[in-house]
Amino acid sequence: MLHDKDRIFTNLYGQQDWRLAGARQRGDWDNTAAILAKGRDAILAEMKASGLRGRGGAGFPTGLKWSFMPKQSDGRPHYLVINGDESEPGTCKDREVIRHEPHKLIESALIASFAMGAHAAYIYIRGEFCREAEHLQYAVNEAYEAGLLGKNAAGTGWDFDFYIHRGAGAYICGEETALLESLEGKKGQPRMKPPFPAGVGLYGCPTTVNNVESIAVASTILRRGGAWFAGLGRPNNAGTKLMAISGHVNTPCVFEEELGVPLKDIIEKHGGGVRGGWDNLLAVIPGGCSVPVLPKSVCETVLMDYDSLRAERSGLGTACMIVMDKSTDIIEAIARFSRFFKHESCGQCTPCREGTGWMMRMMDRMVQGRAELEEIDLLEQVTRQVEGHTICALGDAAAWPIQGLIRHFRPEMEARIQHYKAALSAKSVVQVPVQGVPVAAE
Amino acid sequence: MNTPWKPAEQPSSFTFDADSEREIEEVLTKYPVARKASAVMPLLYIAQRQMGRQTGSAWIPLVAMDDIAARLDIAAIRVYEVASFYTMFNTQPIGRYHLQVCTTTPCWLRGSDDVTSACKKATGISTFGETSQDGLFTLTQVECLGACSNAPILQVDDDFYEDMDGPRTEALIAALRVGQYPKPGPSIDRAGSAPEGGRKTLLETTAPAPSGAE
Repeated sequence: MLHDKDRIFTNLYGQQDWRLAGARQRGDWDNTAAILAKGRDAILAEMKASGLRGRGGAGFPTGLKWSFMPKQSDGRPHYLVINGDESEPGTCKDREVIRHEPHKLIESALIASFAMGAHAAYIYIRGEFCREAEHLQYAVNEAYEAGLLGKNAAGTGWDFDFYIHRGAGAYICGEETALLESLEGKKGQPRMKPPFPAGVGLYGCPTTVNNVESIAVASTILRRGGAWFAGLGRPNNAGTKLMAISGHVNTPCVFEEELGVPLKDIIEKHGGGVRGGWDNLLAVIPGGCSVPVLPKSVCETVLMDYDSLRAERSGLGTACMIVMDKSTDIIEAIARFSRFFKHESCGQCTPCREGTGWMMRMMDRMVQGRAELEEIDLLEQVTRQVEGHTICALGDAAAWPIQGLIRHFRPEMEARIQHYKAALSAKSVVQVPVQGVPVAAE
Repeated sequence: MNTPWKPAEQPSSFTFDADSEREIEEVLTKYPVARKASAVMPLLYIAQRQMGRQTGSAWIPLVAMDDIAARLDIAAIRVYEVASFYTMFNTQPIGRYHLQVCTTTPCWLRGSDDVTSACKKATGISTFGETSQDGLFTLTQVECLGACSNAPILQVDDDFYEDMDGPRTEALIAALRVGQYPKPGPSIDRAGSAPEGGRKTLLETTAPAPSGAE
């Protein structure tokens, strides 16, 4: 378990002043010029050495991503875009960074932008985080007044501007190319890749899109060294991570923890235990709703990091877990996610636009049990037809929770169907929906 | 995205007021001049807020969208499609207070159904999307608000009321009804997203006194 001395986000709960004066006391903006004086290559090398993997869910090595930016500008400006469109159900960590550690984010953005040759950064904050965006704007204004942003930012010799752009309630804008489209003033519909943003991104210029947390840890990593960060966690799963617990625990909260700690210990320590005791646990969704659910048997031993969860055919995702106790209707819990993805599909690719609606209607019937046993397999097959056949990963994200449900809770689904049949004392169920024929545009 | 869209009764004119003009000027400095189309979302917000100030109903009429299109040198349809794509832009009049209940799984697990029923009971609204008879409240079902550790969430306009339950929701609506705006944030004994009853980490650091409010 992580000690306080190794925590990066020391004002996570806003227990101290989040403004510039408080941030300086916590060590932010302390001789930033010395970090930039190390040079671009040294910063990239240090970030790579830290083993930091992207904190937004995909887990791509951050230092490597930064190094994809062209070394020399061909005349086009470079951009850093920070993804603060935190909308994955279960996930509520970037909100704490934006509202309680805004200066850590701004300073790290300066360092990251320097390392990528960018003179401007945009942060895209989800529209609902209105008060959080106000905190950040206040901090940006403070930084401009103190000479930490603008020409020769913080005395580093690097000109740097930081802009806030608010979204307006579309989950899909968390996908990096949809975010760029939205930032350009369009509907948030993902772009085909390639070209990748590092070549053609915002306004057709080289762009790197990083999660809020991935950027915000940079200043601390460069102060304390990549080796310090790499020494925490496990090999290939280095460092500390903001995590959150929601659902059926005694004390839901957000916290910073080392990667590679047993999931059970995290729930016991930070979550105050499962409501009604550990044996009352039914399942955990470990990292936002698009990663597959884990039954209690797996939760007993699994470690909270990228590779351990991958080995259990789930994923770390955003590391913000949803805990469900035995009172939960697990089929309804997953069906609610299907409704979410149906609502949030941008409508661009047919497999996702039609598939999310189809899966939602199918899941709604599974909740009632108004289905045939063979339809569980049919549902599983359809998720495979959506997965991997869309421009962005929303199709995959919609498919995985259902696949996880079928993998681990098939007996519950079958029992629901049999119970429904028994209640109707019928051998087969006529497949006529209660309210007319379902149409795709419902 | 999947809300049925039917045109509302439209006002014949819309003019940005002095406050809005100041905001617009500031927004336009954020983007390269040739890329001012980027400002379409901020300008829609500005129009929506102005309507809220002036009429008590924060929505965006078509004439405002046309004005925005002209300012940004883009076709009006580009503004319409942005306004209808994003759920936070209201293309129809809404009540004075916009009650937005998150019902996604993390909130549902912790009792968002109770919050929904309390909203309906206290406002007399029967389904999501309706506005109460007195025009004070519009009830909307929203997807995950990104504050799951403080579930369930009731968002009123721009503020999050956290860790809600049925009775506290009814009390909140009663307060709004008489023009009070209770303090947003957690409605139980906790600071932000720290565990209820006091934080379990960051205990070794000595806290300097906060320099301002909140």
